[in-house]
Amino acid sequence: MSSLPNPAPTVTSSSQAFWNATAEGRFTLQRCTSCDVVVWFPRKHCPDCWTETLSVFDASGKGTVYSFTIIRKVANDYKGATPFVVAYVELEEGPRVMTNIVDCDPESVTVGMPVEMVFHDTGEGNALYRFRPSAN
Amino acid sequence: MSIRGAAFIAGIYEHPGRDLPHHTIWDIHAEVAIGALADAGLSMSDVDALFCDGTAGFGVLTLCDHLGLRPSFVDNTETGGSSYLAHVGHAAAAIAAGKCSVALVTLAGKPRTGSPPVKWAAGPETGFETVWGTASAAHSYALAAQRHMYEFGTTSEQLAEIKVAASIHAQYNPNAFLQNVVTVEDVVNSPMVSDPLHRLDCCVVTDGGGALVIVSPEIAKKLGKTNAKILGHGEAVKHTNNGRIDLTHTGAVWSGPRAFAEAGVSVNDVDYASIYDSFTITVLQTIEDLGFCEKGKGGEFVLDGGLVAPFGKLPFNTDGGGLCNNHPSNRGGITKVIEAVRQLRGEAHPAVQVPDVQVALAHGTGGSLGSRHGSVTLLLGQEDA
Ligand SMILES: [Zn+2]
Repeated sequence: MSSLPNPAPTVTSSSQAFWNATAEGRFTLQRCTSCDVVVWFPRKHCPDCWTETLSVFDASGKGTVYSFTIIRKVANDYKGATPFVVAYVELEEGPRVMTNIVDCDPESVTVGMPVEMVFHDTGEGNALYRFRPSAN
Repeated sequence: MSIRGAAFIAGIYEHPGRDLPHHTIWDIHAEVAIGALADAGLSMSDVDALFCDGTAGFGVLTLCDHLGLRPSFVDNTETGGSSYLAHVGHAAAAIAAGKCSVALVTLAGKPRTGSPPVKWAAGPETGFETVWGTASAAHSYALAAQRHMYEFGTTSEQLAEIKVAASIHAQYNPNAFLQNVVTVEDVVNSPMVSDPLHRLDCCVVTDGGGALVIVSPEIAKKLGKTNAKILGHGEAVKHTNNGRIDLTHTGAVWSGPRAFAEAGVSVNDVDYASIYDSFTITVLQTIEDLGFCEKGKGGEFVLDGGLVAPFGKLPFNTDGGGLCNNHPSNRGGITKVIEAVRQLRGEAHPAVQVPDVQVALAHGTGGSLGSRHGSVTLLLGQEDA
C-alpha cells in the first residue's frame, strides 16, 4: 500500500471512459486510426493529425522514469506524505505521463529506472495509476 | 511585414514596493501606469492602446474603466510571466498597422499580502496533472532540472552560479528584495525544496508591478530622449506535445530565432540580456536555447562570472532579476524589459552598467518548463541600431 493520499481526479466527458477503466485496473491509451500515433492525454481527436476516430487499447503498464523530483514540503493533501516522488514515466507505448513513484525509498529513484504500474482506489469510482520499481 | 523599427519603448516604471499590504492591485496598476507615462513625458490622455494579462477582473475592460481610458486597441494576451514581452511585440505590430500610437502595458499583483491565487478553469489535462501532489512551480521546474542534469551532467553548483551572479547585481539595487551577496555554498546548502532545486534556486515572491509605454517613431522623435528601438520579437508556445514532453528545451529554441531574424542581429551582437529567472534552471536552459552556448554547455557557460556585469561573457539581470530583486505577481516578464531599457539608456546602476550597449535582449518564460509555457524573445537597440 502506498502511504500517499488518493485524491479523486477531475473527470470530464472526454476522460470518463479512461477513468472508468482504471477502476478495473486497466490503463487505456488511444491510437489514431489515421496516423497511428498513441495519444496522451485522452481526447476526442488526434492532436497530431486532427482525425476524430481513435481506437482504444490496454497499455502494458511498463515504463521507465523519464524525470522525477522529491517533494520535501507541501501544504496540500500530500502534506503528511512528504517526502514523496513526482515523476514523468515514459510508457513502453511512447507517452510520458505524470505520476508518483511508490513502494520504494524516494532517495533510491533514478532517471531511467524501470517501473511498473499499480492502481490506488480513490473511492470515487476510479483509481490513480502510480508506478513502483520493477525488475526490468 | 516586420516590426523592426516600427515602435520604441519610451517609458518604463518598476514599482519600488515589494510588500504592499495597503494597496489594491488596481492601485498598483494606476501607480505604475502614471509612473511609466511620466517617464515617457506623456499623459494618460495620450494613451490609445492598453495591454494587460488575464489575471485580474475582466482584464482590459476592468482596467480601462479604472484608469479612465478609451483606447482604440486592447490586448489581453495571457502567456504567464512572458505575457508582457508578448504585449510589447503585439503593441509594435499594432502601431505598425496604424491601429494605435501610444500603448500602455501594465502588470500588478500581490502574492505576498493578499491577492488570492489565480484560479484557472480546468483544462483537458487537469485530471492527469493535479492529483500527484505538486503544489508549486518549483515542483514542475524541478522535473526539468533533473532531466537536464541526467542528459548533460549539469550540477547544482553550476545552477548556483546563476543565483550568485544575480545576488552580486542585487547588492546595488536599494529596492531589491534580497540584497545580500550569496555564495555557491549558500545556495547548495539552502533547504531542498524539490530535488534538485534548493530554496535559493527559486525566485523571490513579491508584491508590486511595472509598466511600459510603447510609441510610434513619430512620437518617439518628439519626446527627445533616449528610447529603446524594438528590433525584433519572437514568440512560441511549448507544450506536452501529445505526451512526448521534452524537459530539456524551452520555447526559446523557436522564439529566439524568430526574434533574431526579424532584428537582423545575432547572439554575438547582444551586449546585455534580461533572461527570465523564475528558477536557476530557467536561465540555464534559456541561454542554451537562445544560442549563447552549445546545448548542454550552459553549466560551463555560467562559471567564472560568465553572467556577471559589466564584463562577463553575457551580463544578465543587472537589477538582481527575479532571483533577488523582484518577481511581482509571480511574473518576471515586465521587469526583464524594464532593465533592458535601463541598460540601453545607460540608467542601470553604475556598478553594473554595461558600457556602450547597442543591442539588448529580453526573454520571458511563462507557465512551466515541466508542462507548458509561453516563450517570448525581444531584441531592443539604440535609436540608430
Ligand atoms: Zn493522427
